[in-house]
Amino acid sequence: MRYSGFKVFLEGLTGNRGWKTAWRDPKPRSDYDIIIIGGGGHGLSTAYYLSKVYGVRNVGVLEKAWLGSGNIGRNTTIIRSNYMLPGNEPFYEFSLKLWEGLEQDFNYNAMISQRSILNLFHSDQQRDAFVRRANSMILAGADAELADEAQLRRELPFLDFDNSRFPIKGGLYQRRGGTVRHDAVAWGYARGADSHGVDIIQNCEVTGFHIENGACKGVHTTRGDVNAKKIAVCVAGSSSRVMAMAGMRLPIESHVLQAFVSEGLKPVLPGVITFGAGHFYVSQSDKGGLVFGGDIDGYNSYAQRGNLPVVEDVAESGMAIMPMIGRARLLRSWGGIMDMSMDGSPFIDKTHIGGLYFNGGWCYGGFKATPASGYCYAHLLATDEPHPVAKEMLLNRFERGHLIDEKGQGNQPNLH
Amino acid sequence: MIIKHPLLGPRDAAEFVYLGDASMIDRPNPNAPDAKEQFYEYGYLRDNPAGEHKELWYHEQGDRSWLVVTRNTITHEVKYVQLARDVARAKGRDR
Repeated sequence: MRYSGFKVFLEGLTGNRGWKTAWRDPKPRSDYDIIIIGGGGHGLSTAYYLSKVYGVRNVGVLEKAWLGSGNIGRNTTIIRSNYMLPGNEPFYEFSLKLWEGLEQDFNYNAMISQRSILNLFHSDQQRDAFVRRANSMILAGADAELADEAQLRRELPFLDFDNSRFPIKGGLYQRRGGTVRHDAVAWGYARGADSHGVDIIQNCEVTGFHIENGACKGVHTTRGDVNAKKIAVCVAGSSSRVMAMAGMRLPIESHVLQAFVSEGLKPVLPGVITFGAGHFYVSQSDKGGLVFGGDIDGYNSYAQRGNLPVVEDVAESGMAIMPMIGRARLLRSWGGIMDMSMDGSPFIDKTHIGGLYFNGGWCYGGFKATPASGYCYAHLLATDEPHPVAKEMLLNRFERGHLIDEKGQGNQPNLH
Repeated sequence: MIIKHPLLGPRDAAEFVYLGDASMIDRPNPNAPDAKEQFYEYGYLRDNPAGEHKELWYHEQGDRSWLVVTRNTITHEVKYVQLARDVARAKGRDR
């Protein structure tokens, strides 16, 4: 069923009795061409592009809880492609281009709003670094625009420009960046994949891999054994736990990241704003709440909740750039588990076990990557070759010394 | 989180800096024939368990000692805390 304005009009006249469920609720079959473990944003987009672009339709998505119950519903919904390194930037720009056409592509309203993202800088040195990053973005086909202090004073008069510790000297705009309604992304991809014949199986936890002579033949689940030619793991946050069942150790630590929403306010923020002298990012949702977050808590955790020192740090960072945030009351906060990799960049790769593929290590940048991650993973699964924009995102890059380390922090996951 | 420092008693976790898995105490032998492989695994691969985890915390805003904290990564409960020095010596290291 295609959604359209005409359909809404027609259903309105006939009592809205013609709407059907957006996807089926099938039982797991015993055999698939490809199984995707994980029914989150990346798993569902992988299934969508596999079935739509690469024509592989005998696909099962195994989700341990309900669809989209993980990080696809726990992020701060920001999309952007303002990276610098050649191994990253073309990938994220590809992702942003997919976002731009996504709603028409999967016929679902994901409320994609390109309301811009602004990275503030606070010193001459930081401006130089941002100019370099902007040039790198432009070389990869993305948009970047430097704004000086006078321009920002006109556009965003509420910022604390004369802060004595971190005065605001300007910012790097990416006008095409913005926000998306994250749940609708999961629903849109699920509906799209289902309509191309993909089985989305919820409440089906994988409990082990069936590995024979160095090749993965299938998985054991709480709803019986399922066999497949290829098994694609896509469970960022729990990657180490799942891959440990296949006997693999990963260059990943799991960390908790907190996010916050204030009470609803009248429109104050035109786009996404980030602090350059700490870790803080904020946008305003269409309902009016300020959506913001900052650093990860910094220690290994699988608890979907954090501790108070980071709450204080995030609040302080917010106050440093826009003191008016201190008048808003906090409505809710929550935590999600991140795969923090050793260089801050992700993996889309085969493993040394035949037929077993791995997608993970998204740190806290997984949401914006959702379309490209699925597209490139689908490309790898269908062709056994990495997609050109993801060809650096390999598991063995640390062994070879080819790190993709945007921040230059080295192998210390909680600093990325 | 409160970390019960073996010398200083209960301290706020915010006084500490977190390094990671306590397996980093076991530095490989640089003269071993497979030292390259061993250092790759030492530097980059982690068990990252859900449940009990031994990890290195540095008391930067305190007595600057390294601790091995045994903590549950699902509940954040700290089970027990040892001085990293004692753990290393128990493994046969001189310090």
